[in-house]
Amino acid sequence: MRGSVHRRSSGANGWLLSLPALLLLLVAASGPLVIVAIYSFLEPGDYSGVRWIFSGDAWFRILFERDIFDQTVSLADANLSIFWRSVKLSLATTLVTFALGLPTAWFIATRPARSRAIWLFLITIPFWTNLLIRTFAIMEVIRNQGLLNTALIKIGLITDPIQILYTDTAVLIGMAYVYLPLMVLPLFAAIDRFDFNLIEAGYDLYASRMQILRRVILPIIRPGIVAGCILVFVPSLGAYVTPRVLGGGKNMMIGNFIELQFGQGQNWPLGAALSMVLLIVVLGALLIYTRVASKEDPHG
Amino acid sequence: MNQDIAVSASRIVKTYGAGTSAVRALDDVSIDIEKGEFFTLLGPSGCGKTTLLRCIAGFETPTSGTILLSGRDITFTPPNERPINTVFQSYALFPHLTVAQNVGFGLQMLGRPKSEVAEAAARVLALVRLDGFANRLPQQLSGGQQQRVALARALAPQPEVLLLDEPLSALDLKLRKEMQSELKRLQTETGITFIFVTHDQEEALTMSNRIGVMSAGKLLQVGTPRDIYDRPVNRFVADFIGETNFVRATLAGDQATLGSGDTIVVDAKGASGSVTLAVRPEQIRIAPRDRPGAIHATVAESTYFGTDMHYQLALSDGTFLIARLQANAANVYGNGDEVGVLIDGTALQLLAE
Ligand SMILES: Nc1ncnc2c1ncn2[C@@H]1O[C@H](COP(=O)(O)OP(=O)(O)O)[C@@H](O)[C@H]1O
Ligand SMILES: [Mg+2]
Repeated sequence: MRGSVHRRSSGANGWLLSLPALLLLLVAASGPLVIVAIYSFLEPGDYSGVRWIFSGDAWFRILFERDIFDQTVSLADANLSIFWRSVKLSLATTLVTFALGLPTAWFIATRPARSRAIWLFLITIPFWTNLLIRTFAIMEVIRNQGLLNTALIKIGLITDPIQILYTDTAVLIGMAYVYLPLMVLPLFAAIDRFDFNLIEAGYDLYASRMQILRRVILPIIRPGIVAGCILVFVPSLGAYVTPRVLGGGKNMMIGNFIELQFGQGQNWPLGAALSMVLLIVVLGALLIYTRVASKEDPHG
Repeated sequence: MNQDIAVSASRIVKTYGAGTSAVRALDDVSIDIEKGEFFTLLGPSGCGKTTLLRCIAGFETPTSGTILLSGRDITFTPPNERPINTVFQSYALFPHLTVAQNVGFGLQMLGRPKSEVAEAAARVLALVRLDGFANRLPQQLSGGQQQRVALARALAPQPEVLLLDEPLSALDLKLRKEMQSELKRLQTETGITFIFVTHDQEEALTMSNRIGVMSAGKLLQVGTPRDIYDRPVNRFVADFIGETNFVRATLAGDQATLGSGDTIVVDAKGASGSVTLAVRPEQIRIAPRDRPGAIHATVAESTYFGTDMHYQLALSDGTFLIARLQANAANVYGNGDEVGVLIDGTALQLLAE
């Protein structure tokens, strides 16, 4: 009883004390967001910027286009294909990083404590390098006269170089490489907590290796899987540098499309509306995450 | 092949590591465990009990030797193909599954229909008296209840043999006593062969049909609790199972001369020369000093243990004997009392070193 009173009073004090910080956060975080939201409901300016006239046109143009001559409305195929490519590539990146990340995280988590630190450090090394440089490094590997093609030709697997650079595959390779650590780290944390006796328990109770993976390991490390997938999917969806460098100009993703609106396209409201859509998708993904995470541990 | 043998391990050697750092966890262990018996592996920590159990479960492959289950060679059979289940020391319950799902896991993996799995889970949960807990998660249960779930989970597939690796060591004394009789009841009711591991001699003596005493990777003695207590084969077993006085003596026929010069009559069974006599504290009686055949001694220390009195008795050469007597008026002696000691020589055990 006394404890709860004490907690309540300290809670009130704490709230007051953190008020300045909260205000700062509110302004810093939501201020720009509010501006973006407002811009998405204005008309584009003549060359750039906005005109302060309310318009839902930007939101309309995300999905639809109006014929200039007869004013008929049709789906904006070009936009849709960019959205579809973004989602597809982000999902593929998530899948690829999961497929590579699970065995990697498992390997690290089962090393002795001392070498584990070294492996974790190696996994995070790319983080200490500039993203642009890493992306150009990938380019060096996959271009027609690059490492991969030269090697494949040398060992006689192919005679002519495979065109990987400036394709969706190149973007996928680049994003998987860049975001792999974001998958490995949460998976590692989950596997590190995993009680390996449970594998023996499953094996003892007539489960095959596959059944142990599906029925025991995966459900228990699920919070780590979901966290890794979100951490990879969210930045993949908004990726800008990687699709720009490895996809060339034509294989745009949402990030590039948004940039285009603020640059050459000179349509700030459309760019703002697209940014809002991206944000909503990301928030949706996070919502799913908290749902799944809380379902995992209903009492904690 | 004997029809009544559930598990037959012969000449099992298990070494870990190689070269100079190699550890011989099991050193030529042979053992036959009968169908339907409660068999206990007893020994100090590190003697290889878990290793032997893991070889039987299939988690370890012996370096050499063979293991038969009902006459069938299972030495290299993987654990999921052996009709043997384990109760793990840490319980190893699946934290994401309910109690009922944990208990049904084995049968489910065996591909039994859903209704059969549910029925069996309910039946076994009733057997371990956890009827009302089917839909709880393991972390919502107390240690003792988790223990029962682990037991139910291992019993549900009705294995030929149940392995229990120190299952009670994490429980407090009261709960442990309760689970001891519970385990005994379950074993009798199900008729499943239990192989139980413990380092607690009292637990072994009270629960088992037979005990195998291990030390440093070797199986020293196999026998009923009585056998092992009354006729330990060597000093280690005698010392590990209950309190024992070890007295050096020289044999001449059936007459044993102690270091103090006193003599007692024993059943030498043809042995001669220098031997060690194992004298249980309750085999010693205290009598007046002048009683014929009594050995002269002085009470060095007396300790009251509720129903028992423990006396430390100093012989004339300074060696000590521990005696345990009922705490009644006839048996009260004080420190420094000069007493006579009577040892029933025919009940003594003569030990090889
Ligand atoms: N996986 C292993 N690697 C190396 N040595 C081991 C391993 N498992 C057990 N040992 C060693 O084998 C011996 C027997 O161990 P164990 O069977 O666990 O004993 P107990 O269960 O009787 O305490 C010990 O010396 C232990 O250190
Ligand atoms: Mg052990």
